[in-house]
Amino acid sequence: MSESAVRLSAAIGAGRLAAALARALRLGGGTTMPGRVARFLEPAITVRLAARLPHGSVIVTGTNGKTTTSRLISHIFGQAGLVAVHNRAGANLAAGVAAALAQHADLRGRMRGDAGVFEVDEAALPVVHSSVRPRELVLTNLFRDQLDRYGEIDLIAARWRSALRGADASLAVVFNADDPLVAEVGATHPGPRVPFGIDDDSCGLGTVEHAADARYCYRCGIPYDYRTVYFGHMGVYRCPRCGTARPVPAVRATGVVQRGIEGTTFHLESPWGAAGIQTALPGIYNIHNVLAAAACTLQRGIPVEVVARGVATFAPAFGRAERVRVNGSEAILLLAKNPAGFNEVLRTMLRADGGPVALIAINDLTADGRDISWLWDVDFEMLAGRVRRVVVSGIRAEDMALRLKYAGVDPSALEVRKDLAAAFDAARAASGAGPLYVLPTYTAMLQLRAALQRRGVVRGFWDD
Amino acid sequence: MDLIFCHLYPDLLNLYGDRGNLMILAHRARWRGITARIEARGLGDPLAAGAYDLYFIGGGEDRQQRLAADDLRAGKAAALREAASAGAVVLAVCGGYQLLGHYYRPSEGEDLPGVGLLDLVTEHPGPAAKRLIGNIVIRSPHLGGATLVGFENHGGRTRLGPRASALGHVVVGFGNNGEDRTEGAVEGTVYGTYLHGPLLPKNPRFADHLIETALRRRYGPATLVPLDDALETQAHEAAIVRSGGR
Repeated sequence: MSESAVRLSAAIGAGRLAAALARALRLGGGTTMPGRVARFLEPAITVRLAARLPHGSVIVTGTNGKTTTSRLISHIFGQAGLVAVHNRAGANLAAGVAAALAQHADLRGRMRGDAGVFEVDEAALPVVHSSVRPRELVLTNLFRDQLDRYGEIDLIAARWRSALRGADASLAVVFNADDPLVAEVGATHPGPRVPFGIDDDSCGLGTVEHAADARYCYRCGIPYDYRTVYFGHMGVYRCPRCGTARPVPAVRATGVVQRGIEGTTFHLESPWGAAGIQTALPGIYNIHNVLAAAACTLQRGIPVEVVARGVATFAPAFGRAERVRVNGSEAILLLAKNPAGFNEVLRTMLRADGGPVALIAINDLTADGRDISWLWDVDFEMLAGRVRRVVVSGIRAEDMALRLKYAGVDPSALEVRKDLAAAFDAARAASGAGPLYVLPTYTAMLQLRAALQRRGVVRGFWDD
Repeated sequence: MDLIFCHLYPDLLNLYGDRGNLMILAHRARWRGITARIEARGLGDPLAAGAYDLYFIGGGEDRQQRLAADDLRAGKAAALREAASAGAVVLAVCGGYQLLGHYYRPSEGEDLPGVGLLDLVTEHPGPAAKRLIGNIVIRSPHLGGATLVGFENHGGRTRLGPRASALGHVVVGFGNNGEDRTEGAVEGTVYGTYLHGPLLPKNPRFADHLIETALRRRYGPATLVPLDDALETQAHEAAIVRSGGR
């Protein structure tokens, strides 16, 4: 073997060994450390292994919807007979992608898999994009999220633009037409562009929400006119000065029927055919996720019936409207990590349930964002007089309780329990036979999963 | 009694939950039987000097901040200055705080002139300098030595001139510039601070101080009846513990 082949082989072997050890020693899934080991031994491991995937790769990035969208794409690939190499949620930096590739390679660097599907942290896109060289880049949306980590969403958009400047001309950019900032970035790509969006005014909220971020024309700095706002700054917009408007979506949803927590049905239209879509994923934001996955797989040539079947048979990802049964009653886990996402989760819960019982768990660890100021941008006012009981928990339980007080939630319906497992039990007791809605930040979700796993209720998420 | 609060540029400068501060002021006034109203004043809106008891200005991203600064100087600075000299309260947070100084000097590009309501200047030391980010606790002589808790996240370093006094001295965190242990600025009834987002929810004593100051202009000295601040106090204490301050 040549020196370079030896190095690749050693990197793959060490990465896989590290992953096996992490799992055996229960170090928490071992999702990134193996990648760091492999990249230390062969910095070009991602470039070399990604180039060997016979069907190339897809990269999915954006603030919300990365995990659901990339899992949907993997699942649709599976329906089409392709084996996907997929990184796990929470392992979406360069090391996580390298780990996923090493895990699916043999020691000679041959890939056991057809196509890569990588969810990539929005700030890490330039680095991962230049080593993976994907066939499709899927841009979901840009919301303010973890500002203490990344700075501002304009900064993220600038990183995406720089990634696109170095892109191959053959790259297809699949992007959300309903998000003005994302659409602006997508439009800069000279190669194939596949905008997706919702074409159904009945999904509109009527007004721009407080949590809206990119409401100002990128060129003129004046507010867009919105014909329809779906949520946050997602909608059908136009700049009254320069005329910049939402691009016409190539892949679109019409005739949307939302059935609360039960999911959504809509009509999918695209240049590659039309189909009725049924998904168990609730909320407007998931229509965008489904459209993103459909646009990506349709333009690859996967038939529309296969795409529709894939969407219909897809089970929600870890914590994204996942439903678990605990002692005969149901808990619905809805990840809440930023204002726009949280508002959608609250609306979804209230649509489904006249007087829900909720557990809200707020942590401020690095993966959640250390700054919890954003709680004041969430419209918790909609809960006033409409929740039966709210138990708050997590490292920042006191902040959450205070936010609910000023949102007008009746203090007698409010309970603070710092310990997550105890909070879960208290909320379960209050919900009785009805479902319990669990709304945690990312690390609170992991902690709760671990607690439920110890009780044998759910499996480890890295085993999914 | 009634109070009218002016929210300056709520669309542009609304980063980090800034609107929470006005929610707190309005609720805490109403719970004392004081009528409280919030009015928004944005780009191009006229501003009448005597119309409001308190002005709030939050932080924004660079692009939005530049838009707001231009509009503030062109159409609102004179009215704001007149209102402040007549005893109206001005509270500015983060980016808004910087705008109230003499200028903001970015790491690249032109100076952004401020309105000069506070005797201070802010300079960004360059793209390589680290942002001052994290939980912060200060102790304020303006509140009888009480602590204020919050979160700061700023690249600019602010230095006070002789006319401004610090809102407090830093117990945990960086403050104005990470060097002289000062945080924020006070000049008469004008207050600026880097403690962003939910400054007032967890600092009810400061919120009440601002309400009392706002009432004084129209109604003379006022003492507010105490409220049940158990949740506020718990959150304040928890923030101090979380910051490593105790």
